[in-house]
Amino acid sequence: MNTVYIPRDSSALSLGANQVAAAIAKKAAARHLPIQIARNGSRGMFWLEPLVEVATPHGRMAYGPVTPEQVSSLFDAGFLDGGDHALCLGLTDELPWMKHQERLTFARVGITDPVSLQDYIAHDGYKGLRNAIAMAPQDIVQQVTDSGLRGRGGAAFPTGIKWKTVLEATAEQKYIVCNADEGDSGTFSDRMIMEGDPFVLIEGMTIAGIAVGATQGYIYVRSEYPHSIAALNLAIKSAYEAGYLGRGILGSQLDFYLEVRRAAGAYVCGEETALLESLEGKRGLVRFKPPLPAISGLFGKPTVINNVISLATVPIILDKGSAYYRDYGMGRSRGTLPIQLAGNIKHGGLVEKAFGITLRELLYDYGGGSATGRPIKAVQVGGPLGAYLPESQFDTPLDYEEFSKLWAVLGHGGIVAFDDTVDMAHMARYAFEFCAIESCGKCTPCRIGSTRGVEVMDKIIAGTEHAQSVALVRDLSDTMLNGSLCALGGMTPYPVLSALNHFPEDFGLLKKEQAA
Amino acid sequence: MHDQQARIKSHIESHRHMAGALMPLLHAIQDDLGYIPEECYNLVAKALNLSIAEVHGVVTFYHHFRTKPPGRHVLQVCRAESCQAMGCTALETHVKSALGIDYHETTSDGTITLEPVYCLGNCACSPAIMLDDQVYGRVSPQQVEHLLASAREVS
Repeated sequence: MNTVYIPRDSSALSLGANQVAAAIAKKAAARHLPIQIARNGSRGMFWLEPLVEVATPHGRMAYGPVTPEQVSSLFDAGFLDGGDHALCLGLTDELPWMKHQERLTFARVGITDPVSLQDYIAHDGYKGLRNAIAMAPQDIVQQVTDSGLRGRGGAAFPTGIKWKTVLEATAEQKYIVCNADEGDSGTFSDRMIMEGDPFVLIEGMTIAGIAVGATQGYIYVRSEYPHSIAALNLAIKSAYEAGYLGRGILGSQLDFYLEVRRAAGAYVCGEETALLESLEGKRGLVRFKPPLPAISGLFGKPTVINNVISLATVPIILDKGSAYYRDYGMGRSRGTLPIQLAGNIKHGGLVEKAFGITLRELLYDYGGGSATGRPIKAVQVGGPLGAYLPESQFDTPLDYEEFSKLWAVLGHGGIVAFDDTVDMAHMARYAFEFCAIESCGKCTPCRIGSTRGVEVMDKIIAGTEHAQSVALVRDLSDTMLNGSLCALGGMTPYPVLSALNHFPEDFGLLKKEQAA
Repeated sequence: MHDQQARIKSHIESHRHMAGALMPLLHAIQDDLGYIPEECYNLVAKALNLSIAEVHGVVTFYHHFRTKPPGRHVLQVCRAESCQAMGCTALETHVKSALGIDYHETTSDGTITLEPVYCLGNCACSPAIMLDDQVYGRVSPQQVEHLLASAREVS
C-alpha cells in the first residue's frame, strides 16, 4: 500500500491541504487504489504548500503546490510510484532548501505523524527522557548548561542557569510553564513544532520537570492557534495513556502532569510575568522583577518558564549530549536557530541553521528575494519590537551579540522582508500604534508614550512642526526605552528609531540632515 | 435565557476547582454562547471567590473575549507587519467598504463581525485572514469577497 503525506499544518491548511487530501482520497477510491494518507507536519517550504509527498524506495518524492483540480492528472502520471509530472519536485531531502539545513529541533517535523506516539518513538523520540530518568537532577541541569542553549523566546538567557535557580529553590510545589504565546509577526516556529511534533515539547517539559523537581506543567498557547491546541491535547492524552506523563513516569518514582491553557489574544502575555498572571486567572499585567519567576513564579512558587523552542530542543541535548549541540553555532550563540522567513519574500518558510548564517544568505539563497520581484528595502528581525535593518546590514551573521552591536535583536528568529514600496515612517507609526493597543497599562511610559508616539508620528507624516516632532520622537523613545517596565514599551523604540536612523528620507529628512 | 443561565452554571461547576480557573471558564462560556454575558459576572465571581470588578477586568482586558453576541460569522483580518508587507492595508480597506462596517462592528443583517488580529502565525503566506476557525493564506480581496458570499449563503 502506498503512503501519501499531506500536511496538517495550519499554513498548509490555509492553502487548501484538506481539500487536496479529500480529492486524493476520493480519486484513489474511484480507481480502486489502496492508499494510506498520513497527515504530517510541514517541511516548512510554504511556497510549495500544499506539498504532497509519496514514499518511494529512494525516499519521499515531493509534488507541489497541488490544487484539488490537479489531483486527477497526478494519478494519471502515476505519482503514487513517484511518476513524473509538472508538479514533481524530486526527492524532498535532495531539494536545496532541505539539503543544507541543520535540523536538530525540527528533526521530525514534516516526517512523522505528529500525533502518533509510536511514530515519535520510532524516530528517536523519548531517548532524551530515558537518559534523564537515570541521571541526577544536577547532571541534567549541567547538560543543558553545557549545551550553551539560550532562551529562544528572544531574551537569550541561558536556559541551564534558569533551571539551576529553580532546582536550588526549596518549595513543596514547583512548576514548568511553556510560553507558547507566539505573538510576534513573522514567527511561526512554535506553531510548527506544536502542530508538527508536539511530543518533542512534551518530552522537553517532562525532562525540565525531572531536572528541577516540578510535577506540574502548563503550556500557555495562543487562542489564534486552534490546531496547535488540538494537536497538543491529542499528544498529551497518548502520553498519559502510555505512561510518559502522570504518576511514576516509565515506572520510575517521578511524576509529571501537563495541561494546555488557552490564551485570549493579549500580546503582552508573551512577557513571562504577564503570562503567569494570566495563568493565575488575572489580567495580564506585567509584574515587577525581582522576584524572578524562578524564585516566585506561578502561584508564588518557583517556576521554570521557557519558550517552546527552548523546551523542544532539550530532548536532543539529553539524547546526544551537550557537546553535540554546542558544536553548532558561533561565538556565544551555540546550537541552531529555527529561522522564519516571512513577509514579502519569494520563498517563505522555516530554515533551521546553526548560528552564523547571514541575513543575505537567508534572504536571497533561501528566500529567493522579494515576492514582488522588487528590491528588498528593509527587514524587521525579531518581531514587532525588533529593529529594521537596511540592505547595508544584510551581511550580519545571525548571532545574538552581533545583532546587539547593531542595536538590533534576533528575538525569536522571525525575519519579515519589505520591498521598496514600504514607507518606513508608516511602519514607525504602526510600532507605536501596536504598542498602544497591546500595552497592559501598568507603566506610564508604555501606556501614555505609545499613544503620544502615534500623535507625533502623525505630525511628522503630515509635515507639521517637523523638526520639533522628530526631536520629540527621539525624546519620547528615550523615556520609553529607559522607563518602561517590560520589553513592550521598552523595545517599541527599536523599530521606531531604526526606521528613523536608517531611512530618514521616509521621515522627510535628508540623509545629511539626519547625520548632523 | 433560563437555558443560558443553566449552561453557565454547568460550566462553572466543571471549572471551579481548577487552579487559575477564570480563564478556562471564560473560554468555556464564550465557546458555548459566543460571548460572555455581563449578567454572568455575579455567578462567576461568587463561585471563584472574586469580586465582580475582577471578573469584569479580566473579560475586558483580553481582546478575544466579547460581551455582546457576534454576527453568525467572525472575520479576522491580520494587520501585523508581515501581512502589511504583502498588502493587507489595501485588503482591510476593501473588506471594510465591501461590508460597510469598521473593525469591532457587525453587518446590519447580523451575518459578519469584523475584527482585526495581530498575527495568525501564517506569515510565510501573507496576507492572512481567519473566517470563524479557518485560516486562509495569500488571500486577494476577490477571494475574501467570495468566502464571505459563501458564508452568507450557508448561514
